[in-house]
Amino acid sequence: MLNHTSLTTLFLGRLSWNALPLHEPIILYTFVGVAAGGIALLGAITYYRLWGILWRDWITSIDHKRIGIMYIILGLIMLLRGFSDALMMRAQQAVAFGDSAGFLPPHHYDQVFTAHGVIMIFFVAMPLVTGLMNFVVPLQIGARDVAFPFLNNFSFWMTACGAVLVMMSLFVGEFARTGWLALPPLSGILFSPDVGVDYYIWSLQIAGVGTLLSGINLIATIVKMRAPGMTLMKMPIFTWTALCTNVLIVAAFPVLTAVLALLSLDRCIGTNFFTNDLGGNAMMYVNLIWIWGHPEVYILILPAFGVFSEIVSTFCGKRLFGYASMVYATVVITILSYLVWLHHFFTMGSGASVNSFFGITTMIISIPTGAKIFNWLFTMYRGRIRFELPMMWTIGFMFTFTIGGMTGVLLAVPPADFALHNSLFLVAHFHNVIIGGVLFGMLAGINYWFPKAFGFKLDAFWGKCSFWLWLSGFWFAFTPLYVLGLMGITRRLSHFDDPSLQIWFEIAAFGAVLIFLGILCFIVQLVVSFLRREELRDVTGDPWDGRTLEWSTASPPPVYNFAFTPIVHDNDTWADMKKNHYARPQEGFIAIHLPQNTAAGFVIATLSAACGFAVIWHMWLPAAAAFAAMLVAVIVHTFNYDRDTHLSADEVRKIEGSRTALLANHV
Amino acid sequence: MSSESASPAGGAEAPRYYSLHEHHPENGTLLGFWLYLMSDCLVFACLFAVYAVLGRNYAGGPTGRELFDLPVVAVNTSLLLLSSITYGFVMLHVQRNRLVPALVWLGITGLLGAGFIYLEMREFAQFIADGAGPQRSAFLSAFFTLVGTHGLHVTFGIVWLVTLMVQVATHGLTPANQRRLMCLSMFWHFLDVVWIGVFTVVYLMGVLT
Repeated sequence: MLNHTSLTTLFLGRLSWNALPLHEPIILYTFVGVAAGGIALLGAITYYRLWGILWRDWITSIDHKRIGIMYIILGLIMLLRGFSDALMMRAQQAVAFGDSAGFLPPHHYDQVFTAHGVIMIFFVAMPLVTGLMNFVVPLQIGARDVAFPFLNNFSFWMTACGAVLVMMSLFVGEFARTGWLALPPLSGILFSPDVGVDYYIWSLQIAGVGTLLSGINLIATIVKMRAPGMTLMKMPIFTWTALCTNVLIVAAFPVLTAVLALLSLDRCIGTNFFTNDLGGNAMMYVNLIWIWGHPEVYILILPAFGVFSEIVSTFCGKRLFGYASMVYATVVITILSYLVWLHHFFTMGSGASVNSFFGITTMIISIPTGAKIFNWLFTMYRGRIRFELPMMWTIGFMFTFTIGGMTGVLLAVPPADFALHNSLFLVAHFHNVIIGGVLFGMLAGINYWFPKAFGFKLDAFWGKCSFWLWLSGFWFAFTPLYVLGLMGITRRLSHFDDPSLQIWFEIAAFGAVLIFLGILCFIVQLVVSFLRREELRDVTGDPWDGRTLEWSTASPPPVYNFAFTPIVHDNDTWADMKKNHYARPQEGFIAIHLPQNTAAGFVIATLSAACGFAVIWHMWLPAAAAFAAMLVAVIVHTFNYDRDTHLSADEVRKIEGSRTALLANHV
Repeated sequence: MSSESASPAGGAEAPRYYSLHEHHPENGTLLGFWLYLMSDCLVFACLFAVYAVLGRNYAGGPTGRELFDLPVVAVNTSLLLLSSITYGFVMLHVQRNRLVPALVWLGITGLLGAGFIYLEMREFAQFIADGAGPQRSAFLSAFFTLVGTHGLHVTFGIVWLVTLMVQVATHGLTPANQRRLMCLSMFWHFLDVVWIGVFTVVYLMGVLT
């Protein structure tokens, strides 16, 4: 018979009251703030009786448009968290000189930079990219939804549950202090005995399943569900980049899953994959994680390239220059992204030949990328450029990203990398391409497709404020880091001795404040746009004089996207349709087959988060129970054969008729 | 504003830019499942790579040559390969819409899989009892993880198989169930292919050196 203590251990594992950060004032105040905000939010939802709507129209929704929007909301919320980490780091480094230790003890500072990296990549950039792809791709290819609508909902909730686990680590226990890739032996049980690395592992594992399934889903969608006539070389560029990105996801995320599983085995049951003794090899981890990690950065940037391609062509009123070369460049980047992983650790010491191989492949990537930049420039050449918000972000990107790309080529030279490895130069480089590329791309995309999603444009004034603050803030924040990196300052330091460096960190902190204002302006932009929505309303469904199919349907699109499946004859289908005086069909509507909402995705994902939490704390009994419950939920879900519903021809006629009336009133 | 005006080139009734009937993409599930299998294949590829790198790091502990009992592994392998053949019989009966024989062969497939799992568990238990557990050396960590991950897949395959037997018995060989049987078939054969890799790389090459 079990005695009391061992039973408690079985239930609660390592969890105790000490896990709550009652002795850390910063976290405590944050917790109070978050709790108050959360209670206010829940109260407001209850007061306005929104639970039903929230549950029926969003949480259980399997409409790709709503799921896409939820992904983007998740990404934006997590941006606030990830950016508060950034502000704390900039503030700490600006003040922690000489006698001043700053306000963050190393123990806390290390968690902050780890959480910042993990959150920004996995829970900001990934949800934004996946969200845009989810929303836009089915509309661009003339499909009713994605190939597996239920799986789509499940993927979203897995990603969201991963984010919830990361957020929990702030208040219950702690996060990893290892840097965003948790390299062993530091992340092994000997040097990181607490729950931080376990939070890291399980939040990424759970979110990773979601990402992988969403990748499979979108590939199947693009391969199988394109409108008749849309051959591969007539696909919009954004869809092409989405296809390549999802191929990369399916080909890269399993590696992350495997390597994190091995790390977790090392930590939990004492295997010797990455340990220092009994035959373990830590560099194996570094190789494997970068075999995932390098494709990952292309997973993020390719869709951004796609967004810019759509925007440049729309706002210049021209076909994209060099469509075919754009496609080939995308595919070449997809392939090359697998041949460069070792450039992240030239200093491993693999020797001159291996390093030169990876140095050269890395430099080769700049060729297709450069081709893309020229394609955009040549599209703009002699175009009628409209400097609306999406176009401004695009030009800001071209300027910023090109410089970031060039510093990347510099780092690809192994001897230079030996000097710059793990320096602030590297930090400046990857922020230069990820902020200047991915983030600008996502903000451009949000500004561009927002009217499609909600039926009104975003306010231009606050959008411009946000743009200029972001752009200038970026350069103020990261130019000093380039300089410091060249002086040899390494990354992830929470304190400096040399007072002559302080001015650079103060400039960088000023830049971070500008970016902070940029984020505030973006929030104000959303609020102001919502308040002025009647003035900003677009009833045509085509506010920018767009060129691809998503602009041919209503804004927001009806649940079925297109009353009739479009037929494609040319690239830029919608531009072709407009040129040939296409008229919307007004009659002959048919019943449309749609998938039914289901709570299964939400339930299974929640159970998996519970299971993850229990495993993190070694609460083996609850972990087993949650896992069993998850299995049962999956099996029960497979017994549901009634997954479809029909929208009758009459209902379709009603929806289309009201759009016809709206268009007639406004022309 | 009728649809004719939308077809300047077509002339007659057929609208140029939209189709009057529903467009039904086919075999999306099978493509999706193939993609999943390929991603799973990559998980195994990583585990094979780890085994290839760490598989000779005995750290003074037992080697494969000392541990592996090839006759048992041979029985084990035959059970799994046979189960692939019996799953083939399932699909033949499914194509001819014969419910009962399909269920019987499904049951036999499941039993063969269970026999495989039993022998594997016995082998693992023996190793651990002999002090050759996954903690002993990097070789054994890699061994247990690679072989164990495969075994875990077979176990899930059996759970899926039993679930599917109930569903087929309840709903018959409907198109939805046929699709599910097809997916499980792909999964089962995939595990066989992986096992051939494990058998060769881990057991045969392990005994040779």
